[in-house]
Amino acid sequence: MAMHQPLAQEVTAPAPKLGRAIVVTSGKGGVGKTTTTANLGTALAQRGAKVALVDADVGLRNLDIVLGLESRVKYHVLDVLEDKVSLDEALVPDKHSETLVLLAAAQAREKDEVDTEKMRALMQRLREHYDYVLIDCPAGIELGFKNAIVGADEAIVVCTPEVSAVRDVDRVVGLLGNRFKPQLIINRLRPQLVKKGKMLSVEDVNAILRLPLLGVIADEPEIIITTNKGEPLALRHDSETANAYHAIAARIAGEDVAAPAPELKESLIDKLGSFFGGKRA
Amino acid sequence: MAGRRIVVTSGKGGVGKTTTTANLGAALAKRGMRVVLVDADIGLRNLDLVLGLEKRIVFDLVEVAEGRCQLRQALIKDKRFESLAILPAAQTRDKDAITETQFEAIVAQAAEQADYVLIDCPAGIEGGFRNAVAGAKEAIVVTTPEVSAIRDADRVVGKLNDRGLPMRLIVNRLRPEMVRTGDMLSVEDVCEILAIELLGIIPDDAEVIDTTNRGEPIVLDPNARLGVIYDKIARRLEGEMVPFTSFDAQGFFGKLFGALKAG
Amino acid sequence: MIDWVKKIFGGPTSSSTAKERLRLVLMTDHLALAPDIIENMKRDLIDVISRYVEVDRDKVEVNFEREDRALAMLANIPIVSVNRPNPPPEPPRVPPTLSGPPPRRRRRKKPQTQNPATAH
Repeated sequence: MAMHQPLAQEVTAPAPKLGRAIVVTSGKGGVGKTTTTANLGTALAQRGAKVALVDADVGLRNLDIVLGLESRVKYHVLDVLEDKVSLDEALVPDKHSETLVLLAAAQAREKDEVDTEKMRALMQRLREHYDYVLIDCPAGIELGFKNAIVGADEAIVVCTPEVSAVRDVDRVVGLLGNRFKPQLIINRLRPQLVKKGKMLSVEDVNAILRLPLLGVIADEPEIIITTNKGEPLALRHDSETANAYHAIAARIAGEDVAAPAPELKESLIDKLGSFFGGKRA
Repeated sequence: MAGRRIVVTSGKGGVGKTTTTANLGAALAKRGMRVVLVDADIGLRNLDLVLGLEKRIVFDLVEVAEGRCQLRQALIKDKRFESLAILPAAQTRDKDAITETQFEAIVAQAAEQADYVLIDCPAGIEGGFRNAVAGAKEAIVVTTPEVSAIRDADRVVGKLNDRGLPMRLIVNRLRPEMVRTGDMLSVEDVCEILAIELLGIIPDDAEVIDTTNRGEPIVLDPNARLGVIYDKIARRLEGEMVPFTSFDAQGFFGKLFGALKAG
Repeated sequence: MIDWVKKIFGGPTSSSTAKERLRLVLMTDHLALAPDIIENMKRDLIDVISRYVEVDRDKVEVNFEREDRALAMLANIPIVSVNRPNPPPEPPRVPPTLSGPPPRRRRRKKPQTQNPATAH
């Protein structure tokens, strides 16, 4: 964020830089948009950036519960859009990261109650005060999706290495249009299955989608545990998945981090193998 | 007598609605039922892909609604089963390309020649969900034992209650070893929270991904553990009292030494 | 290893934490979805309290507060007046008996129960 200039120079001080508004979308539900938004937001905040997370899933809010903030949410996006409360009153400070705030979705309302133009204006306001505004997009390509992308200037698409997910991302990229140059995160990779030819590899997915790859995250049971507790995995540094989020955050911030595909060492492939349910090797 | 019309829904995406619709439909067809599967996810269709029928699509749901073809022309018969057909969604249209009334009429028509019409509902609770539910007289709610999925399922249960639809629950992607270590909610926990009748418990199984890749429902594999489970669910749907496979080891010794009971 | 042992002997597991959090969040979600229930609750509450004290119906406020582990309803009910409590009722008059002082109870003997005046 821009530093305050000394009084004498205030007339010529540059306007504060607008933060980046990034929508996290996928088309297919359940691939990890909310988890990614929460963890990426946490990772960026841990680096000192001021981050606002916006839950655009009206009626099916979950960003609050993934962050462990569900008991602290008093007001939501619609309250702000309808001028019932100020933006400041609605923003919930994160429990774990100092520079992270949440703007929750309304639970008892419907997606068609959101005014698209007002949503755009609200995202703009957030950009004036935060380095990053991450918007958690709902599943699907209906009105919820449209309202989530309206205030964003960048997009991250999340895809799992499964045919339906890849197909949906392809559709979504088409709908995002030329305004966005979406970047891809491949989530829930199971390297052991890829090795056995039972799951699409990163290369397979990339060959179909042909998007710039932002990161690859392996499927880790820890994610379920951390969601149970409401403590995003990116708060830690002892997990491959947490480190993947940190690497992605660094890339987003413009750092030149080593190539993302795959972020997974051989030893990890064997270690991860023992966690997976169902048939064992 | 017209067939049963059941919507398979969840609220949360990615919990296994499409996979369940496909496999349950296949399991019912294997038992001799006439089954029609309807993909209500206009714009993000996947039922065809999961069944490996994507190359055989000629007409879709929206074209039927617009009167550009007959229902029977759009239905794709799955050659691997005696009596399974699917009505694919449109891929390049929006969910508002069809009204609730139109959808309901198509489902009713399909039900005239079938024992079961299973409707694959899109994620969410928007227009696509409303359309899908409009066509149904019963519901199957699918959830995983995870916090967000259960919360969304709860919302959907509320909406289905408002419409007076009888509903039953499938808990999908259970990982018994994680339940045992206290790292995942148990089926009992989920049932207690959602308080609707349990229809089936499906453990997490890596094989499902592979079968989806190949477009071959897991029910086709006579050795597959999940095939047996989907068959049990089909039987329960038919009214048979089938005991649930026990995945949760109970008690202190269960926690220490509990072995996975075979499916 | 310690985590594993803790789980067997019952520290809070992540699943028990999840269950508790879900329970609370669903209560809040259900309340948010039923504003008419809240109105009815408020009205019934006022009716009940009004049986004892006079309240300012228009200024009654009912809110729900969430803390990390609990959901509570907080009602602010302004009381306008409290009637003077009724005088206590007269103690019942006990008619005198003819048997004199009450029989003394001895430990091992049954107490006298016969009233010589009325014994047949």
